[in-house]
Amino acid sequence: MLNDLFSLGNRKFTSRLMTGSGKYYMDAIIPKVIDASECEILTVALRRVDFDLPGQNILSHVPEHIQLLPNTSGARSADEAIHLARLSRSMGCGNWIKIEVIRDSKYLLPDNYETLKASEFLVKEDFVVLPYITPDLSTARALESCGAAAVMPLGSPIGSNKGLQTRDMIQILISEIEIPVIVDAGIGKPSDACVAMEMGASACLINTAIATASDPVTMARAFSRAIKAGREAFLAGMGPKSNFARPSSPLTGFLHENRL
Amino acid sequence: MKTDYKALKELPDDSDYITWAQDFSADAENVLIQLLQKDHFMIKDLPFLLSKEASHYLERMAVLAKGLTQQYHGNVMHVYVPLYLSNYCVNHCVYCGFNASNSIERKTLSLKEIEEEVVALSSQGHRDILLLTGEDPNEVPLSYLLDAVALVKQYFATVGIEIYPLGFDEYAKLVSAGVSHLALYQECYDRELYKQLHPKGPKSNYDFRLRAPEEAAKAGMAAINIGTLLGLRDWRKEIISGAHHLEYLQKKYPEVEYSYSFPRIRQYQGKIFQGQFVDDRDFVQAILALRLIFPHIGLSLSTRESASLRDHLIGLGITRMSAGSKTSVGGYVKNMKEDQDNSQFAISDHRDLSEISKLLENKGVQPVYKNWEVSV
Repeated sequence: MLNDLFSLGNRKFTSRLMTGSGKYYMDAIIPKVIDASECEILTVALRRVDFDLPGQNILSHVPEHIQLLPNTSGARSADEAIHLARLSRSMGCGNWIKIEVIRDSKYLLPDNYETLKASEFLVKEDFVVLPYITPDLSTARALESCGAAAVMPLGSPIGSNKGLQTRDMIQILISEIEIPVIVDAGIGKPSDACVAMEMGASACLINTAIATASDPVTMARAFSRAIKAGREAFLAGMGPKSNFARPSSPLTGFLHENRL
Repeated sequence: MKTDYKALKELPDDSDYITWAQDFSADAENVLIQLLQKDHFMIKDLPFLLSKEASHYLERMAVLAKGLTQQYHGNVMHVYVPLYLSNYCVNHCVYCGFNASNSIERKTLSLKEIEEEVVALSSQGHRDILLLTGEDPNEVPLSYLLDAVALVKQYFATVGIEIYPLGFDEYAKLVSAGVSHLALYQECYDRELYKQLHPKGPKSNYDFRLRAPEEAAKAGMAAINIGTLLGLRDWRKEIISGAHHLEYLQKKYPEVEYSYSFPRIRQYQGKIFQGQFVDDRDFVQAILALRLIFPHIGLSLSTRESASLRDHLIGLGITRMSAGSKTSVGGYVKNMKEDQDNSQFAISDHRDLSEISKLLENKGVQPVYKNWEVSV
């Protein structure tokens, strides 16, 4: 586990838990959540950042060692996402960008087509592009070939806390895509995150489940542990599932056969 | 643009409500207990949630509404401030202080005066502003509004408008100028009553007003806030019609962020309109019911409501509040006292932004001043 670093963009991280900065009852709690979660990557909605008030906006609560991942929440088209990404870089928020293009205010499901267009464009402008998508293999392949740093499929609609409703689709992405698959949105409890990591996801991004917990700091710690456990299980190589019982001491072991 | 208003013309009236009201009460308890076990509600559940019988289950509804609000919106409250640009009006709305036949001092702010107001408001910490006018296209033409928006945009991250209804082209120009939010309330969904309440002037055109939010959506308006003026008619029927209006818009223009407002009739210029009284219990039931049906939308509460009611509603569904409001034209710089001046209606919660912010923080809710970045 010591050597199990998470490579993303041009950096390496020890933590595979990414968190967000929205929905908290006070921004001042964010550094404590980061400490407890050991998270090293934090996403911030650019629409919430008041660039006219440097030092007083949400960015002032982000510790320096954290990799900032601004997101384009509120964008309804590739053009709007591109505009926000450029604004973010010009305001000193770096060149990492999480693309969120959403044209559905009810379910907040991402528009994969517009997301892909924005990603293709921003990769060419040297952004480290992390697109938030509905898990779809064709889109993920196109994103991989255009140079996206990762794909971020949703587990279920954002904020729904419904867990891995798209589990099988995410599994397909994990199997077929070489760039990191980061499960984003919908993870409601630490056990969901653990399952995602056991499946082989590279990381999880958790916001609502931590931010709206009665005790966000303790919940952040719980997620951190669940993600570590899931990752260790994945690396350890889990035994195969079977519809039959497999005795620890096989009944036909005396024949030196292990097959059922 | 292709126009399809067929569905809007068929906006459900109160017939559903009448049908269920007749045969629902016998088994109301069982129906409601079962209904309130659910974690997901449909618009067809609305009449039950709004029923007199459901008013005995407000606590259960409040628990559900609180949970959904927290889950979908987080522990935050968006805070905005209204700015009245003009109180000239050619309409004759029988319940309104700006009514053309009321002899009040009329005023339209000059650009210089607007700047003074927005400087004062932005220095208080406001970042989200709603510009309001009466309806008088000669006194407040589109060109004036575009100039005002361009000016205000320099000081505010979010600029909304609550003005007379417009067409596609006008909305498109306002969107290009930087308007991202539109608030436009139908006031009353009953066509007959609407006619009586709005006897003269352009506002008497029910359909033009009903369709305007759709024109704004087509023109690229990012957020649209509809609503009804409670107290004109049976509030249950009004909320049902309003919910169907919202559902229609949401299905047709899913990219828009929607919110709903529940202004209750207030005293204006010392007069009180005699409509159908909506008490606090009814009002809270309306808010909770809409929150359960539409967990993702914004619900807005103005300073028409008392400080104590607003305090209690924080966290129960409301996601957007005005603070430190004045409803008079030029009210912020001159610090005018309402009821003696040119205000549209009397406000009830007089606390300023810092008091509201402190209150929210004490309640474990983060005030959010900026939540929009102009796109493209």
